[in-house]
Amino acid sequence: MTDNVSHSELRSPHEIAARRARSPHTSMFLRMLVRAAVLRRGRALSALFAMVVAAAVATAVLNLYVDVQAKLRREFRNYGANIILVGKDGASPPAGALPEVESVLAGRGVVAPFALVVARTSDGQPIVVAGTDFDRVKQLNRWWSVSAWPSAPQEALVGVRALSVVSPKNQPFQLSFQGHIIHLTSAGTVRTGASEDSRIYLSLADFISWTGVPASTIEVAAAGSPEEISAIMHELEQAVPAADVRPVRQIMEGEARVLGKTRATLLAAAVLIILTAALCVLSTLMGWVFDRRRDFAIMKTLGASDRLLNGFFAAEAAALGAAGAAIGFLLGIGIAAWIGRVNFHAPVVPRFSVLPFVLAGSMVVTLLSAILPIWLLRRVQPAVILRGE
Amino acid sequence: MFARLVYESFWRQKRRKLLAGAAITLGVTVATAMIAVATDIGDKINRELRTIGANLLITPQEDTLDVEIGGIDLKPPSDGAFLNEADLPRIKGTFWHNNITGFAPMLPVNVTLQRDGRMEDLTLLGTYFARRVSFGKEEFTTGVRSTHPWWKVAGAWPDDSSRDVLLGERLAARLSATPGDEVTVSNRKVRVSGILSTGGSEDEQIVAPIAFAQEILNRPGAVRRVYVSAITKPEDAFARRDPKSMSGPVYDRWYCSPYAQSIAFQLQEAIPHSHAEQIRQVAQNEGAVLTRIEGLIFLITLAALFSSALAVSAAMATAIFERRAEVGLMKALGAGRLAVASIFLAEATLLALIGGCVGFAVGGLLARQIGRSIFNSQIAISPVLLPVILTIAVIVTFAGSAAAIRKAVRLDPVFALRGEL
Repeated sequence: MTDNVSHSELRSPHEIAARRARSPHTSMFLRMLVRAAVLRRGRALSALFAMVVAAAVATAVLNLYVDVQAKLRREFRNYGANIILVGKDGASPPAGALPEVESVLAGRGVVAPFALVVARTSDGQPIVVAGTDFDRVKQLNRWWSVSAWPSAPQEALVGVRALSVVSPKNQPFQLSFQGHIIHLTSAGTVRTGASEDSRIYLSLADFISWTGVPASTIEVAAAGSPEEISAIMHELEQAVPAADVRPVRQIMEGEARVLGKTRATLLAAAVLIILTAALCVLSTLMGWVFDRRRDFAIMKTLGASDRLLNGFFAAEAAALGAAGAAIGFLLGIGIAAWIGRVNFHAPVVPRFSVLPFVLAGSMVVTLLSAILPIWLLRRVQPAVILRGE
Repeated sequence: MFARLVYESFWRQKRRKLLAGAAITLGVTVATAMIAVATDIGDKINRELRTIGANLLITPQEDTLDVEIGGIDLKPPSDGAFLNEADLPRIKGTFWHNNITGFAPMLPVNVTLQRDGRMEDLTLLGTYFARRVSFGKEEFTTGVRSTHPWWKVAGAWPDDSSRDVLLGERLAARLSATPGDEVTVSNRKVRVSGILSTGGSEDEQIVAPIAFAQEILNRPGAVRRVYVSAITKPEDAFARRDPKSMSGPVYDRWYCSPYAQSIAFQLQEAIPHSHAEQIRQVAQNEGAVLTRIEGLIFLITLAALFSSALAVSAAMATAIFERRAEVGLMKALGAGRLAVASIFLAEATLLALIGGCVGFAVGGLLARQIGRSIFNSQIAISPVLLPVILTIAVIVTFAGSAAAIRKAVRLDPVFALRGEL
């Protein structure tokens, strides 16, 4: 056997199998393959089992590795806005900005407008009053702990600290802004631990008819990768030229860091796991092939060429690798989906882009574990093996 | 005789033993590294999440409402209550002081900025940059540089004991000021050491050492609020319970868990007349992100443990299968099943112990390397884990060998010796 031959066969076991299939040996070759697997069912099955487990684990880990960023990004969107639009030089963004922003986003995120003024309570204390769209805020700022959202006009959402100032006994209260007075009732309280606790939130319609001040800030929680988000920011700048589009840097930076580190950890884990899985396959399969050195010796004695022998064991290994990888891939997708459901409460989409890698990896490992023992045995005289020495 | 058999087996079959030993070592290495990473990942990711900012806020208890729009403080400066700066080091005296990665006091004051004959009213924010604070014998450095890591400065950070200031990016652009310039703030000449960029309201403000803000306000030691960055445990139903309604041991358990709530409670105890609360935007979401990542790594670790257990048992099964002839010989010489099995199990134990120890050491190094290259900090593996890992290694090796040994001892010695299987 020359290196030349073994290399070409390593590269294309399928091709060899196909060529053999056309030759007169056809039935014999196939029969040997099938009988070898059927007669030693136990060992063949344990080799297949190792292959399936290895492929399944590799598929699941690779699938998760590809999908984890999308999954974690969703969690990070709960931090709220990552882009803020404000008017240039202290002015408010134009009135038509909100629908414009909505059309740019086209479902790729959540938008909420905010308008803010300082009003006076009935005893003259200054208080910040905000107008907003409660349905949007509910989606944008999920961390707000709200006892009850306002639903009717003239109902307000009162910050926990503001409540003791304006309506300690939960009575109706009034606020004045530049001489205009509004009568409100408190529908519920909001607690955030930050400046929102000192504010009163009204619906934007109530707010504008009372103060005449339009929304000054539009908060956007855009979904996607950093590139997609900067593309969205660019589109927003073009769509609303009168507004200043700013990223919320701590959210973006924090997200990028955590995602990067998690992915790197997962990659390290994936490498380790795939390594052990490959080792498992290697030791099982090598044992299996080594165990059949008598077959090898008999075939050689009967005049089989080195090429045929190599082809036989390689075809066997390739078949095992392909079958194991296919079953393992399906199993692995199942495991990844289960982990997605349990951990992220969302299914992990099967990534078929992983399949070629798993398939190729399985083939390489199985071929290696088939060829290695043959290579070790090639110089041994068949007679020695047959005598059991 | 027993000991000699085992010894000889190791001595004469070095290659085989080396192969099986290598499989065990690799399996234990992977298991150890993954366990170390999984136990530490929460802490590591938590530290990364601190990039998003402080998760606790301390305010004076009797404070009036914040009147703040877009970061501009509209509250009259004399209004409301203040915390005392001298009380702040006590933050490091609380039960969970090791979990507190930093704190930064804030004191916004209204100032007039004069430059080139122009006057402008704006907010000056007094804070710590990287101030050395001591509590008891402990010395530590804290300030916005650790609690607000997304703040970027072009130029130099001011020294906390100096009167240098930072100008917000937009403000500096409007004034066309550069680092090293002098500006007049409320009739005091100060030097601009750098230009601050935060992406937030600070871009329109002046940021200065807190002593300077206190001097302008004429209230030494006054602090409006304190941002605290703490490493916390994700909130659960127990964390949300009211400490006042708890009985002794339950209260102790709540108090001694690093929940945002219990750390806030302890901060409130430590600083007189204060009110501490979690910043829900940061604290709540951080819990969600942490739970997901920890859960993911936990499941991945299970997969790693499973595949390394499988690799070890596959290697053991193969190793024993190859020695059927030996078993046949022993049995032909009159060894009972028990004797044969115990020799193999003794060998397996020895292999597991040696491979386990080496694997534990290598796994520890690997975890350390992962920690250093991914998180720039150590992932330490506690020696307490060694007996646990060794036990698992022995059990897995036993389990892997058991089926193969059973098959080998059941075999008729005649067939085994003739090599007909």
